[in-house]
Amino acid sequence: MTPELGQLALILALFLALAQSVLPLIGAWRGNRALMAVARPAATGQAVFVALAFAILVSAFLRFDFSVQYVADNSNLQLPWYYRIAAVWGAHEGSMLLWVLILNVWTVALTLFSRRLPDAFLARVLSVLGIISTGFLCFILFTSNPFARLLPMPPDGADLNPVLQDPGMTFHPPVLYMGYVGFSVAFAFSIAALLGGSMQQSWVRWARPWTNAAWGFLSCGIVAGSWWAYAELGWGGWWFWDPVENASFMPWLVGVALIHAQAVTEKRGSLRAWTILLSLFAFSLSLLGTFLVRSGILTSVHAFASDPRRGTFILCFLAVVVGGSLLLYALRAPKVAGGKAFALVSRESAILVGNLMFTVAAAMVMLGTLFPLLGDALNLGKISVGPPYFGLLFPLLMLPVVLLLPFGPYLRWGNSEAPMLKQVLVRAGIAAAACAVIAAFLVQGQLKAIAGVASAVWVGMGVVLYVLKRWRDMPRGRRYPAEMAGMLLAHFGVAIFLIGVLLSESLSVTRDVRLSPGQVATVGGYEFRFDGVTQATGPNWTAQQGVVTVTRNGAPVAVMHPQKRTYAHEQVQTTSAIDPGVTRDIYVALGEPMDPNHVEGAWALRLYTKPFVRWIWGGGLFMMLGGFVSAADRRFHVKREAEAAQTVTAVLQESQA
Amino acid sequence: MSRLLPFFAFVLLAALLGFGIWWNSAHDPTAVPSPLINKPAPAFALPMLDQPTKTVSKESLLGKPYLVNVFASWCFACGEEHPVLMEESKGLGVPVIGYDYKDDPNDAKSWLAQHGNPYDMVIADTSGHTAIDFGVYGAPETFLIDAKGVIRYKRIGPLTSDVIAQQLKPAIEALQKEAP
Amino acid sequence: MAKLLRTIVLLMLIAITGIAAAQAIDPLPFRDHAEELRFQHLTSELRCLVCQDENLADSNADFARDLRHKVFELMQQGKSDAQIKQYLVDRYSDFVLYDPPVNGRTWLLWFGPLLILITGGVVVASTIRKRSRSGASAASAPTENGDDW
Repeated sequence: MTPELGQLALILALFLALAQSVLPLIGAWRGNRALMAVARPAATGQAVFVALAFAILVSAFLRFDFSVQYVADNSNLQLPWYYRIAAVWGAHEGSMLLWVLILNVWTVALTLFSRRLPDAFLARVLSVLGIISTGFLCFILFTSNPFARLLPMPPDGADLNPVLQDPGMTFHPPVLYMGYVGFSVAFAFSIAALLGGSMQQSWVRWARPWTNAAWGFLSCGIVAGSWWAYAELGWGGWWFWDPVENASFMPWLVGVALIHAQAVTEKRGSLRAWTILLSLFAFSLSLLGTFLVRSGILTSVHAFASDPRRGTFILCFLAVVVGGSLLLYALRAPKVAGGKAFALVSRESAILVGNLMFTVAAAMVMLGTLFPLLGDALNLGKISVGPPYFGLLFPLLMLPVVLLLPFGPYLRWGNSEAPMLKQVLVRAGIAAAACAVIAAFLVQGQLKAIAGVASAVWVGMGVVLYVLKRWRDMPRGRRYPAEMAGMLLAHFGVAIFLIGVLLSESLSVTRDVRLSPGQVATVGGYEFRFDGVTQATGPNWTAQQGVVTVTRNGAPVAVMHPQKRTYAHEQVQTTSAIDPGVTRDIYVALGEPMDPNHVEGAWALRLYTKPFVRWIWGGGLFMMLGGFVSAADRRFHVKREAEAAQTVTAVLQESQA
Repeated sequence: MSRLLPFFAFVLLAALLGFGIWWNSAHDPTAVPSPLINKPAPAFALPMLDQPTKTVSKESLLGKPYLVNVFASWCFACGEEHPVLMEESKGLGVPVIGYDYKDDPNDAKSWLAQHGNPYDMVIADTSGHTAIDFGVYGAPETFLIDAKGVIRYKRIGPLTSDVIAQQLKPAIEALQKEAP
Repeated sequence: MAKLLRTIVLLMLIAITGIAAAQAIDPLPFRDHAEELRFQHLTSELRCLVCQDENLADSNADFARDLRHKVFELMQQGKSDAQIKQYLVDRYSDFVLYDPPVNGRTWLLWFGPLLILITGGVVVASTIRKRSRSGASAASAPTENGDDW
């Protein structure tokens, strides 16, 4: 009976979403306060029902209710409870439900924290979010019902894909969705601004904390996904330029551009149309990502079952939401370049160049991701586009960004003096060159590693110099406002990330070896001694577990236990052993016995040493932190009642006109 | 006008995505067309499954068109395809050669004994080395080779009655017309 | 038809995973570490046709192992990377290359980003020019109290 309640809750949520989309919009248009006032309760009600549906699905998993098709497909009696909860978003139907739930979380947060927004504006924002929610609720109810029954009820379910049975799976998708979906807020703000007309740029200040927070979540989600791929897939790689990864990376790149463009628009009034367009792009790319993943039109690691009906539905929805918003943009975007003028050497110019590079990078990722499809369409034959393509073009596009980065904080709005910039150039340049020379000796002339050290010091030095300057110049308490602290953290994250990527890419050593018990292999200065294979058991698997003792110059470093697990339904999954460290990871994956009949004999093992690989995720986490910290700036939250009142009058006058 | 550019770009993108949905529902997205079509088949010499001492080579088969059907006892989809071959192989008008791919010969023999043998002759590629020359990457696959030893048609995935009627038979008829 | 096709693909996948006992971890007798690095690099840029989301270096599929061994064998025969890639392209088409060759069919892929960059660059340059000219006098520096950073 309960699963049907879940479905009922979704239907009720759909009706509330419809009310939330239509009524406030009419209200804002006609200046009818009663209709506008529907938005808030409708949004809250919708969230309650979606949360209820979600809770019912969770409880179906916890109670092993295999009469629900989705539960039977994705869990079984041996699956531990935490993975049963994660299984809720382990496949298509549940992850769409999570998508809608998170959209509702953002909407409710918006109703709670935006009480000071003008009524008409908030009504339009909530209505846009309602439209998005309506689309996805329809999608769930008509094509992907997670509550469909399976009768007769099977005694046990199938297994959740073992790849997904990893701690990373419990938080990677929710956090990633928080980012994806979070861009819907900036999107809704832009649409509301377009609909409202003469809103000037005040909407941008309201949208900024939401954009920064969403981008922070997206950074965190991507880091989590990358970490999961590294730890779980057993290939030691952290980024594969896989279509699904690219789908999350495109909104991230556009998000970076958007965050900076919003700063320009808010503070100087320039780039208004561009900021609106970027807000539309960021969320459109999130939707595109959802489409690419859910329609299965591209082959990917994340090979979800594809269903043309679902693909068609999302495509139509995409056409309505994205096509509609871009049409609206064409009709209503500010036509005159407004805002304060700026000189060639100014923060605006630098941000524009950065915006260009990030947008082109996103376009490049999209082109590379969709090109195989274009190849089919134009009859160019089957073409693969992979890491060599992205790995060549992406760094080239990011090079100007890295070169400009240290100057960012020093550049002034409007017009900047050259001497200060020259000083930065000299100081950061000397530091980078000096460190590059030292590094050259340590890494035996590996160019990529030297470039990594130099670029990281270049970027990091710029940040550090600015931190010191503020410390000297400003009185306590006014040195680092949250918005600036966030920027500095994120920029510093870039330096850490550069170290991680370039050093680990150039200095990692990988070897496939065959070892008999007692034998030693030396990789990257570490001795790996294989001590045979034992048995291990977990809640729903048994494993052959290798024992590998790692030493360096005879001194013990770690004892590692790579596993080859066999899950309840005969699925085999290797689980690598990782000994983490700040300056290096040691990574061991267990292969097969060389002779299947003699597991006590020699085995194939893959041994890695990966210097500084952790800095990649460290850098990403700094960026995430930067997003969150700057979102928390008080400047975004203080009352601006006078201004708000003014805008309301303006809107009311306009809507009555 | 320039304000409409993003919209037009999106229309193009949406058209491409729509094409993708249509294309994937009409084609196997994982099938990679072989570059060997209309190229000479690779030279090979493989033992026969039931008489391992006798080898069959490309030269020995020149002179008339034939079909090579790659199968294996471990291959699930081959089990799907097998009944179709049992029914239709004799009516194709060309000899059908079974190509046992990366298989234990004993497994293959018992598999054929159990499910029936639709082939005029079975050759065994236990190591799979020759299969690489043919561009085989899974089973089942089917090649149509003409009298001069040129590959004229390839099917990736199981043959079905539809595929035989709509693609394979016309291809065979075309061959028979050009080589009277 | 489409449904049938999907079922077939699914069945093929089952057939493939059913035999995927072989492992990507595959110790080969390399002459020296340089050769091993070359092999790792080469196989990481080749796409497996069975598990199409994986490269040859990482794929567990039996087929991927066969191709890895072929690559190794060709390397032992002294073939260059280009020759080895050509060998595979002759049999499996450009699809095996994760690094698509620059030719008439891929010019859009390789030079498209450059075109976008140039177009965008022109727009950005003209914007900066316009804005710096229109307000050369008005482009006052912000207040020097350090809060308006």
